[in-house]
Amino acid sequence: MNENITLKIDNREISVPKGTTILEAARELGIDIPTLCYMNLKDLCIKNAPASCRICVVEVDGRKNLAPSCATRCENGMNVHTNTIRVLNARRTVLELMLSDHPSDCLVCAKSGNCELQSVAIKLGIREIPFEGEKTEFRVDLSPSIRRDTTKCIYCRRCEMMCNEVQTVGALGAVNRGFSSVVMPAFDQSLQDSECTFCGQCVAVCPVGALTELDHTNRLIKDLADPDKTVIVQTAPAVRAALGEEFALPAGTSVTGKMVAALRKLGFAKVFDTDFAADLTIMEEGTELLGRLEAFLKGDKSVKLPIITSCCPGWVNFFEKQFPDLLDMPSSARSPQQMFGSIAKTYWAEKMGIKRENLIVVSVMPCLAKKFECERDEFKTNGDPDVNYSISTRELAALIKQTNINFMQLEDEDFDAPLGESTGAAVIFGATGGVMEAALRTAYEIHTGKTLDNVNFEGVRGIENLKEATIDVDGFELKVAVAHGLGNARKLMNEIRSGKSKYHAIEIMACPGGCIGGGGQPLHHGDSSLLKARTRALYTEDSEKSLRKSHQNPYIISLYEEFLGKPMSEKAHHLLHTCYFNRGKEIIEQ
Amino acid sequence: MSYKMHILVCGGTGCRASASHQIITRLEECLKEKNLEDEVQVIATGCFGFCEKGPIVKVMPDNTFYVQVKPDDAEEIVNEHVIKGRKVERLLYKDPEKKEAVSDSKHMGFYKKQLRIALRNCGFIDPENIEEYIAREGYSALAKCITKMKPEEVINEIKLSGLRGRGGGGFPTGLKWEFASKYQADQKYVVCNADEGDPGAFMDRSIMEGDPHSVIEAMAICGYSIGATKGLVYIRAEYPLAIQRLKTAIHQAEEFGLLGENIFGSNFSFNIELRYGAGAFVCGEETALIHSMEGHRGEPTMKPPFPAESGYLNRPTNVNNVETLANIPAIIIKGANWFNKIGTERSKGTKVFALAGKINNVGLIEVPMGTTLREVIYEIGGGIKNGKKFKAVQTGGPSGGCLTEKHLDVPIDFDNLLASGSMMGSGGMIVMDEDDCMVSVAKFYLEFTVEESCGKCTPCRIGNKRLHETLDKITQGKGTMEDLETLKNLSRVIKDTALCGLGQTSPNPVLSTIDNFYDEYLAHIKDKKCPAGQCKALLMFHIDPELCIGCGLCARNCPVDAIVGERKEPHFINTAKCIKCGACMEKCKFKAVSTR
Repeated sequence: MNENITLKIDNREISVPKGTTILEAARELGIDIPTLCYMNLKDLCIKNAPASCRICVVEVDGRKNLAPSCATRCENGMNVHTNTIRVLNARRTVLELMLSDHPSDCLVCAKSGNCELQSVAIKLGIREIPFEGEKTEFRVDLSPSIRRDTTKCIYCRRCEMMCNEVQTVGALGAVNRGFSSVVMPAFDQSLQDSECTFCGQCVAVCPVGALTELDHTNRLIKDLADPDKTVIVQTAPAVRAALGEEFALPAGTSVTGKMVAALRKLGFAKVFDTDFAADLTIMEEGTELLGRLEAFLKGDKSVKLPIITSCCPGWVNFFEKQFPDLLDMPSSARSPQQMFGSIAKTYWAEKMGIKRENLIVVSVMPCLAKKFECERDEFKTNGDPDVNYSISTRELAALIKQTNINFMQLEDEDFDAPLGESTGAAVIFGATGGVMEAALRTAYEIHTGKTLDNVNFEGVRGIENLKEATIDVDGFELKVAVAHGLGNARKLMNEIRSGKSKYHAIEIMACPGGCIGGGGQPLHHGDSSLLKARTRALYTEDSEKSLRKSHQNPYIISLYEEFLGKPMSEKAHHLLHTCYFNRGKEIIEQ
Repeated sequence: MSYKMHILVCGGTGCRASASHQIITRLEECLKEKNLEDEVQVIATGCFGFCEKGPIVKVMPDNTFYVQVKPDDAEEIVNEHVIKGRKVERLLYKDPEKKEAVSDSKHMGFYKKQLRIALRNCGFIDPENIEEYIAREGYSALAKCITKMKPEEVINEIKLSGLRGRGGGGFPTGLKWEFASKYQADQKYVVCNADEGDPGAFMDRSIMEGDPHSVIEAMAICGYSIGATKGLVYIRAEYPLAIQRLKTAIHQAEEFGLLGENIFGSNFSFNIELRYGAGAFVCGEETALIHSMEGHRGEPTMKPPFPAESGYLNRPTNVNNVETLANIPAIIIKGANWFNKIGTERSKGTKVFALAGKINNVGLIEVPMGTTLREVIYEIGGGIKNGKKFKAVQTGGPSGGCLTEKHLDVPIDFDNLLASGSMMGSGGMIVMDEDDCMVSVAKFYLEFTVEESCGKCTPCRIGNKRLHETLDKITQGKGTMEDLETLKNLSRVIKDTALCGLGQTSPNPVLSTIDNFYDEYLAHIKDKKCPAGQCKALLMFHIDPELCIGCGLCARNCPVDAIVGERKEPHFINTAKCIKCGACMEKCKFKAVSTR
């Protein structure tokens, strides 16, 4: 039953559906009540409203104390005031309290200018902090992906909610009591020793500088300035769909050409595209899928199905730690980032006559787990990583700004050949469902030998939590599922573990929305419409490409002809596949 | 077998700590020696309340009340009282005013004004013997409910009684039951909140130790009324004796068919389990309590939804405090109209208070609502210790406030205490005399709140810390008038914005002491003096040259050589060096050292 509630906010009447909060109703009226702990990613059904920061308090006639508008439901006849002296004083005092236990090092904070605490302080016109006293202090925890500076934590609990409820990882949780309450791994473990998958969703939602990426921009500047080194770059598909936001472009503006131009201006010897490697991934993973399927159809009961994608390093960390009993389920194909690095430091380096030790491969990723992935031992040759390091979309934007490159005035440029060429199938890797769709386009044609007329598999698109589709592959009903967010992944994995999974192939991305919602992307500040817009940008770019199937990429074809032989060949196995490790914590049962 | 005589020995935590269990052993041994074990029965009861004079031993049927009994006294009690019928005079309570021994507890000032409903069986029955409870009409209330009353009739009876929650909030119990009864679910829960945490309060512990069946019976009645079949007692793990007695009682009730399936042959089934708390004060708040029981971090969440709608495991849950529940069976048996005639207009029945502080009769008392603070402190409590002057009484624990002389004739009830700037809370009552510094008292309570805050909301997490720091600054003599304004504004904001009852009331000790003892704050801030002489930083040690004979004892004992003077000449204290340890004052035989 859709019952409507009528109330007054700041003397303006409004009618809202039952269950609406005062905050939501006020925002509908254009009344901007400040918030801090509150976050509502509506499109993803992810909400944090613990009503704990008490910044959003309002006065409700007849109520003894102030009400947190984020968690107080509207009631008929309510008379709400958002800006009385009582409210303003309380809000200011609460903020001053928060600031009194926060380091005042905004000038050198990674989040300065992008900090929600700073924004609210500006909005409330705070000019001094009247409270003196003890400040909480914690050590800085550096992991390969994330910098955790708990001293800056304002205890909004967003990261805890993402890590526990959405991702079901459980690395971060509230510890201590009273004044020392803070969110961190249990027993003050470092993130690296915890269950953390480095998905970076905690970073994506942290309103302050407590959780940020491990910054590699200085390292990159030094490498670019080194005359002995050839520094090349690869950029992931999701980066181009979001980078523009850092330069005040509307969300969903694809800035591929400007991004390429900017990277060239920064001094990269070659600007390549991870999309090339995404096409390569499809060749390998698609072939592996077909191989397992064909064996299954021939009656081989030992074949591992469903096959699960393995492009996402956060997801790889998750299953290595949480599902070590199922390590043989995911595809052995490396992620596009690593395939790129492997090919660049062998095939391309040989071709160009560049010595491995002089070649630096950098990636620009929407992701923080990619930083960790670069450091994995299995992706090193004699200690030299295939991809030296990865910077996030945000770090790239910072670098562009730092080097006086006027991003808006840049003319579009094209990627370099050959590792810059890609198909539409690779572009959509950046959105949830994209890898599955790309794989289906290629697997269908290779398996059936027929041309796929409609390449759009709408059933696997969109940001619903779990998507499933049945595809008629020449009479065989191929059942696929797509999950984004590790909590959703866990559901599918539990099905597999209990032998109840009905799927043949599953795509999993650790971040809600897929890579476009990655932990290294421009901050959404709780606005999930950004993620939708980025997704649209990728699908638009795909639809505008002349080639939309990975196996049609001419440079991929020549790579196999010249170097790899065929998909899943021995060489391909050596360079493009990997294996997984049991990194689960041993539980000793007593 | 019928005994001619019963010797009741307090088996509560306080008296046990003073070896009351050894008294029992000794009594039994002596009785056996005299072959009286079949004539006289020794019973370990719950708390008598008169903890100041424990261990308590009471001989029935003549109601002789022995105080501060030691195990070695057992022999004399048996030889003199039991065998010869002569009371052991030296163990009787001496009335401090009339200076004469009072043998019958009924005539003792401590008991005269008390009316015991919640504590009706404490100090009377053996809490580990269900038959003794049954002999005192135990479980007849449950029987009456199940066999003669509909659930809504029970709820109406409780509503009509006017019983309000004894845990602190004072919410009408019947109304709470009614809410929980209206929500439909596959499973509902009755939760007994036994997470007693106010400093000094121990009535819930005493009830569970002394009369556990009253709680169990009430929970079953509540379950019948709201349609719940599961009961949970959330009890602090620091209450091992209460836990053990509850477990024994639950086990016995199950054996007697008073818990379990089809109670009294009806369709009603009810089971009770214990859940242990780790002693976090905030877990007394019902939503935090529920989260703790679920295995989550013990911290409160927003209401609504109230537990009646979505509580334990998201099912409708009714949470009642121990003392509240202990009243239920009595109300059912004697009727709402009996109960609602006791007390004041809006606060019915009695309230148990834990008397503590600078009062002669420390202990647990139960008085009708409407009794004045003066009656409690002077008649029941026997006045202020050592003849000192009454200064304040703190009620309501860390959520309450300090009341003064002018409040002494206020009839105690929920609303009057609130109107006076304090609150009922769970019934802690700490009496202070002229030696207590009210700024330090406020600081003490804030220290408690800072320690016990769950940290979830900003005002409680950081605000209370800043309140405490500001109070500390004042007691250090570094306070300014601006700090006083900060205290007031911050207190109001914390009350206005904190998430749960803990934070919403934590500034009360600050506000009430500023209201009632403003001059004392001013003395600390402006004159840099602590009138009560408690704030060490503000003390100045001084040697009176008239009294000092120059013996040099003080100088020899001063750990920092702050005292100088020629032999046989008056000495002086170098205040810059003095660390205010008080050694000189303690050593001086001529009372020449004083503080000012």
